[in-house]
Amino acid sequence: MLAYLIRRVGQALLVIAAMATIVFLSIYAVGNPVDILANPNADAKEMAEISARLGLDKPLWEQFGLFVWNALHGNLGRSFVFNEPALKLIIQRMPATLELAFVALIMSIVIGIPLGVWAGLKPDAWSSRTIMSGSILGFSLPNFWIGLMLILLFAVQLKWLPSGGRGPTTNLFGIPVSFLSWEGLRYLLLPAFTLALYKAALVIRLSRSGTREAVLQDYVRFARAKGLSPTRIVLVHVLKNIMIPVVTILGLELGSMIAFAVVTETVFAYPGMGKLLIDSIGRLDRPVIVAYLMMVVVIFVVINLIVDLLYAALDPRVRLQESEG
Amino acid sequence: MTDAPFILDRGESLWRQRISQFFAKPSAYISFGLLVLLLLIAIFAPWIAPQNPYDLAQLDIMDGRLPPGSTSMDGKTFWLGTDEQGRDMLSAILYGLRISLFVGVVSTFFACIIGASIGVFAAYKGGKVESFVMRLVDLQLSFPAILIALVLLAAFGRGIDKVIIALIIVQWAYYARTVRGNALVERNRDYMEAARCLALPRSRILFSHLLPNCLPPLIVVATVQVAHAIALEATLSFLGVGVPVTEPSLGMLIKNGYDYLMSGKYWISTWPGLALVLAIVVINLVGDRLRDVLNPRLAK
Amino acid sequence: MSGPILSIHDLKVEFGTRQGVVKAVDGVSLNVYRGEVLGLVGESGSGKSVTGLSILGLIDPPGRIASGSIKLEGQELIGLPEHELRRLRGERMAMIFQDPMTTLNPVLRIDTQMIETIRAHEKVSEKAARSRAEEALKRVGIPSPAERLLTYPHQLSGGMRQRVAIAIALLMSPALLVADEPTTALDVTIQSQIIAEVQQLCAETGTALIWITHDLAVVAGLADRIAVMYAGRIVEEGDVDPVLDHPRHPYTYGLLGSAPSNNRRGEKLAQIPGMTPSLANLPPGCAFAPRCAFAQDDCRVVPPALTHAGSRAWRCFHPVPDRETV
Repeated sequence: MLAYLIRRVGQALLVIAAMATIVFLSIYAVGNPVDILANPNADAKEMAEISARLGLDKPLWEQFGLFVWNALHGNLGRSFVFNEPALKLIIQRMPATLELAFVALIMSIVIGIPLGVWAGLKPDAWSSRTIMSGSILGFSLPNFWIGLMLILLFAVQLKWLPSGGRGPTTNLFGIPVSFLSWEGLRYLLLPAFTLALYKAALVIRLSRSGTREAVLQDYVRFARAKGLSPTRIVLVHVLKNIMIPVVTILGLELGSMIAFAVVTETVFAYPGMGKLLIDSIGRLDRPVIVAYLMMVVVIFVVINLIVDLLYAALDPRVRLQESEG
Repeated sequence: MTDAPFILDRGESLWRQRISQFFAKPSAYISFGLLVLLLLIAIFAPWIAPQNPYDLAQLDIMDGRLPPGSTSMDGKTFWLGTDEQGRDMLSAILYGLRISLFVGVVSTFFACIIGASIGVFAAYKGGKVESFVMRLVDLQLSFPAILIALVLLAAFGRGIDKVIIALIIVQWAYYARTVRGNALVERNRDYMEAARCLALPRSRILFSHLLPNCLPPLIVVATVQVAHAIALEATLSFLGVGVPVTEPSLGMLIKNGYDYLMSGKYWISTWPGLALVLAIVVINLVGDRLRDVLNPRLAK
Repeated sequence: MSGPILSIHDLKVEFGTRQGVVKAVDGVSLNVYRGEVLGLVGESGSGKSVTGLSILGLIDPPGRIASGSIKLEGQELIGLPEHELRRLRGERMAMIFQDPMTTLNPVLRIDTQMIETIRAHEKVSEKAARSRAEEALKRVGIPSPAERLLTYPHQLSGGMRQRVAIAIALLMSPALLVADEPTTALDVTIQSQIIAEVQQLCAETGTALIWITHDLAVVAGLADRIAVMYAGRIVEEGDVDPVLDHPRHPYTYGLLGSAPSNNRRGEKLAQIPGMTPSLANLPPGCAFAPRCAFAQDDCRVVPPALTHAGSRAWRCFHPVPDRETV
């Protein structure tokens, strides 16, 4: 298990390094990095300062070293608009986005698995067909439009939920989170639900096919022959078998959820990383864009790593295979 | 499946058989018909629309933000209301549909050609070349399309051509992977062996033998991807990085209306949204039906 | 209990297929007594597995039990509500299947799968259930049972997995065990071990055993009685030695003749010509007639009924003459 862990971590670091190289090359090797990373309103003195800091007079590989050194120290440039370190801005907004993504993830599991298992157990029932059609709509319709419609319905017409923004936060281990209060949750509900919809549709389809396959298996027949109740068969035998592919796919999708949050945050004016990115693109605040990219890559890689480890924990065959191999 | 089994009728070409199979289900008529309708609307928008929403001379700001059914100063009816600049929503939607469909179809078309060619080439070459290409494909596909598109457009700026290019770059990998997977299966088939034995030139084998057999799943994928591309473009425009304000797609129209949602002026966003959803659903339905016909094993 | 533990009478099981209704089991009657081992023999498609599944009530749509009676310890099973059947399953009757790798749930530990069986039927503490599970593993000859309980199925060899399945089946000391080709997927050496062990276990506990197989050799050493099935019907039945020594039905005769052990070296293997008929397309008259060396015209007109002689029975108008030994 340890060997597996080390190997996976090594792979992860490699990917981050590769991405850093790509980002570096696109900034430094294509066009003038000063134009990209310096404030367009800067005067000649500032420009010279920045050139010196970035080491633009030095050979390319030294610049790369400087870039990496700076990056490792959290220095990815300063935002033009806020005049703060770009990375700091991103990290400030990260808890909001992560919170949103996690709540959405949980929602997609809580909605998706029961619906999918139900559709798998009774594939010809009218309810199952509705669920499946619904799931198709869930991932083919543009997400932002669904969000808009939800705002129209719940915030404007029914006035049950707020139409945007983030709720009041409390500090959890020093990180401001909003899901601990009912008021905070109210603000999270619609955006998280919108974000969850796409994944929920995926989970429904996965759970359904997994369940349909599982009930045909011998171990389900044997479980019935043992006289186990159908509840136990579904909840313990079937569920544990379908959890494995579901968790894997979901885990990989968590990363894309964080990326998709860009859209949801814009629709609901939710102050997370994604909204910051969109605003920065609009304002041509490039250091922030670069910082966001690097951050997202790191998050992706870390998530993939965690998912692999979780997979090993859930499926005993993988775990032991690795230790014997 | 309730369709009749596939029977080879002498004298009917494969195309005609597929077409008649496609229409075996009554719902296929509806979805295909709607698709044709949408395409016609898009093509003939300038002639159908009551107003040219881009012609500033025709707009009167006094007509702005009127609800559906109201009349303009000079007696024209705004069936779907107006936006903040006095543009007739109906006309804006017709033109917007045009742009949305245009971007979706063109980007899919080129992405498909480029991606499929790369995929077929990689599958045929095999070895290190194939390995390298597929790794590139995997790397790109592991990142969410929206993020890649965002970054590209942040660098390119706004404009229809730039959006199309960005969408092509985002989508080619998917076709490459699909086609390569197919080609892998097909290249081991007997007819490929026969072609090689005949010492046919490689390009001929590739394009006359291998590619045509990889076409059916490709057609299915491409059709559904058009819907996907349209949705993606709409999202990008909504975020403000897509088409320019002067040539609004449906997504851009929705963005314009976003600010007015709270004040109850729902029509500026809702109608374009419905048009968008209709286009996507119809294309998906047609794509699904195609899949049933061309690839029955994959259905369900 | 003096009567049979299991009494099947005129069981008919149908499957709805695209080609129409298929009679997988067409009028099967069997009795199995306490401590008796019945070998149910036939090729694939003969209906032997379906018969076994019907007893446990595990026939799923598109199949259904069309008519007949299955009585376990005097209680009628057909028509019994599902929760009643569930109570009997695992407790009074049990079943094991062919492939132990797929029979046991690969993601659950052995102890979980054993303890849940006990606790589904009895209110016992987990500790008590665990020690009973350990006992059961010991009884089927699994070394270090306490450690084995904590393992997963894929960590055990095929033979051990099947032993675990057998242990689970016998956990509640059922009156009847149905074994559907349990050794077919195992090594030949393990096969004979398991057969011997199951035989002993059933003898010890008095459990009636139905051993479903296509392999006559297995039946020869194990069973007390044998029933041969063909195309959904029982074509021959009786105590195992008389049937195997002097088969009356030409199909049994053919099966025995085609057994490799019956060949002289260098001789071509005798085979029953032709193939099992598709159940959707049975010939008129006797189902075996097209392949039968002894068939005559009247065989092709009307399907024969069972002829009884003492404890033996056969379904043939022109059975193999008594004098013919294999």
